[in-house]
Amino acid sequence: MSQLPLRAQLASALGRTAATLSRATGRGDGSVIGGRVGLALEPDLLRKLAQDRRLALVSATNGKTTTTRLITSALQELGDVATNAFGANMPAGHVSALSSAKDAPYGVLEVDEKYLPEVIDTTGAGVVVLMNLSRDQMDRAAEIWLLAQKWRRALAGRNTHVIANADDPLVTWGASTAPSVTWVSAGQPWKEDSWCCPECGGPLDRKGLDYVPPGGHVSGVVGPATQDENDWACRECSFRRPQPSWILDGETAIDPRGRRWPLDIQLPGRANRANAVIALATAEAFGLPVERALPRLREVTSVAGRYTTVEREGRHARLLLAKNPAGWLEAFDVLDPTLPVILSVNAQGPDGRDTSWLWDVDYRVLRGRPVYVTGERKFDLALRLEVADVPFQLMGSFAQALAAQPPGKVDVIANYTAFQQIRSEFGRAV
Amino acid sequence: MPSDSVLRLVWIYPDLLSTYGDQGNVLVLEQRARRRGIPVETVHVRSADPVPESGDIYLIGGGEDRPQILAAQRLRRDGGLHRAIARGAAMLAVCAGYQIMGSVFGGEEGQPVDGIGLLDIASGRGAGRAVGELVAETDPALGVPTLTGFENHMGVTRLGPGVRPLSRTVVGTGNGDGTEGCYAGKVVGTYLHGPALARNPGLADLLLTWATGAQPAPIDDVWFERLRQERLAATLPRA
Repeated sequence: MSQLPLRAQLASALGRTAATLSRATGRGDGSVIGGRVGLALEPDLLRKLAQDRRLALVSATNGKTTTTRLITSALQELGDVATNAFGANMPAGHVSALSSAKDAPYGVLEVDEKYLPEVIDTTGAGVVVLMNLSRDQMDRAAEIWLLAQKWRRALAGRNTHVIANADDPLVTWGASTAPSVTWVSAGQPWKEDSWCCPECGGPLDRKGLDYVPPGGHVSGVVGPATQDENDWACRECSFRRPQPSWILDGETAIDPRGRRWPLDIQLPGRANRANAVIALATAEAFGLPVERALPRLREVTSVAGRYTTVEREGRHARLLLAKNPAGWLEAFDVLDPTLPVILSVNAQGPDGRDTSWLWDVDYRVLRGRPVYVTGERKFDLALRLEVADVPFQLMGSFAQALAAQPPGKVDVIANYTAFQQIRSEFGRAV
Repeated sequence: MPSDSVLRLVWIYPDLLSTYGDQGNVLVLEQRARRRGIPVETVHVRSADPVPESGDIYLIGGGEDRPQILAAQRLRRDGGLHRAIARGAAMLAVCAGYQIMGSVFGGEEGQPVDGIGLLDIASGRGAGRAVGELVAETDPALGVPTLTGFENHMGVTRLGPGVRPLSRTVVGTGNGDGTEGCYAGKVVGTYLHGPALARNPGLADLLLTWATGAQPAPIDDVWFERLRQERLAATLPRA
């Protein structure tokens, strides 16, 4: 890394200075501004910073930040790892992450789904990790089939090893042009975006699972699916689920040699067990065996505030982030059914200004527990719950909702800016 | 629909066209019918399956370009929806589903693709994407309050003499000529995507009136109204 040309060294150093200033003046965590300054001075900076490192790029609709963190923790067994831990997942964030760990031989970068082709091309990363694709912020995001098509083009003929979730048909299609893929059965509770074949448009059949209408994914309990339920195949063409070499089986990971590893991680919920299996498969691609990677995954307790607990006057609120229907389905799986729950929804730019996705979430699982509704779009959520026959109380703010609780624990599900508002009011402890 | 029988809702192709919370329209119709004591039966028709002809209200939603083309091909081949509408069934067609109802719409590269010809409209691709809140004054003949909703499309739709505009836009793009949506007989189409009926319970009740032949009884609309008022206040320019 010390071999950077003078111009790139300067750009990188000025970028770090801007980041420090941003933090010192309280404007942000500095991860974007620093990268922007660096990129403006040296457009080729990301390519130069990526050279001579072993890089993994992590992309998906949900779980990017957490999986990036899990893989980073694992690879720290091998040496220093540069990473964009705070979710600044576009090229400016990548420049910032790599220049703040100049000598780290490894890099794990969370990458926005849209930017993935560009970042693969610029960095020439040796490993790409793809978990899931589902509807998300449709007012500004690209349509997901088009996204998967761009992934295919970016991976075709490139010397990149892909780790991909074979249970997600669209991810499988997006990954399958890569010359070498490690397929992981990591599950796919949200199926509403994959009833049709991405290759030919024909109906996808799933063994042991008839078509479930949207909103008919009842119970909200995303229990361990059987391997049969994870299987899928097109009825009309030859596109079908590849044979996975890693499998998430309930609480256990099964490695390619058939050995079973109880995961026993501290992060809660099915989605995080899926992220953990993906992380183990990625670690192995870097030469790190399960017995050394898994203990590192178990050390991770909270990721950028997710799953952390904030406290005020004896009320302990556990924060869950859910940004889209698939994310809410996974968040419901983490809820403690004996606790009240506070829901907060905004529709600012980063959330998507369109709240119609609320109607794709099956809220009926919340019946029978106290539900408190707040956030800038609380009326959208209130009507949604009313139509789902879920009783609720409308609250003027999150602080009011928290104060309305008896002392003790409460669960919170919030979308992106609602979540960040709660964190900034109640402390950014990670 | 005989007064003692079940109201049959048919949701067409949720596997292809249900991108923007389109389920909301089904759920709102179910809820508003049940609150009036009308039993409801909903059928989800997957695109590989035939469209039943015996429904009372048909719903079709929004989606991406490719599924939209597939849906048009399959509906034309199937013919069930045409027979149902000829029989006098009601329909709400939203966004991509709205464009399909016309003679032609714009495909992935803007190329013309044949629609299914249930509404006298023709759609193509506009210059830019229309994304955002929409407010429109409804045709007074329908007795439906001001429309509020969200649009997200690149379509421009030209209305032929066989349809009437559903509304005139106050904020937003709609069909692209100052009107938004259209209707003919008991078929209504709109660019207001996803849960259009959650924002416009009056439109839901219009469909119920068409399907049952009777004006539905008033019900408690407090949460519908609070959302409508909040959205209209946030969207309309301040006087």
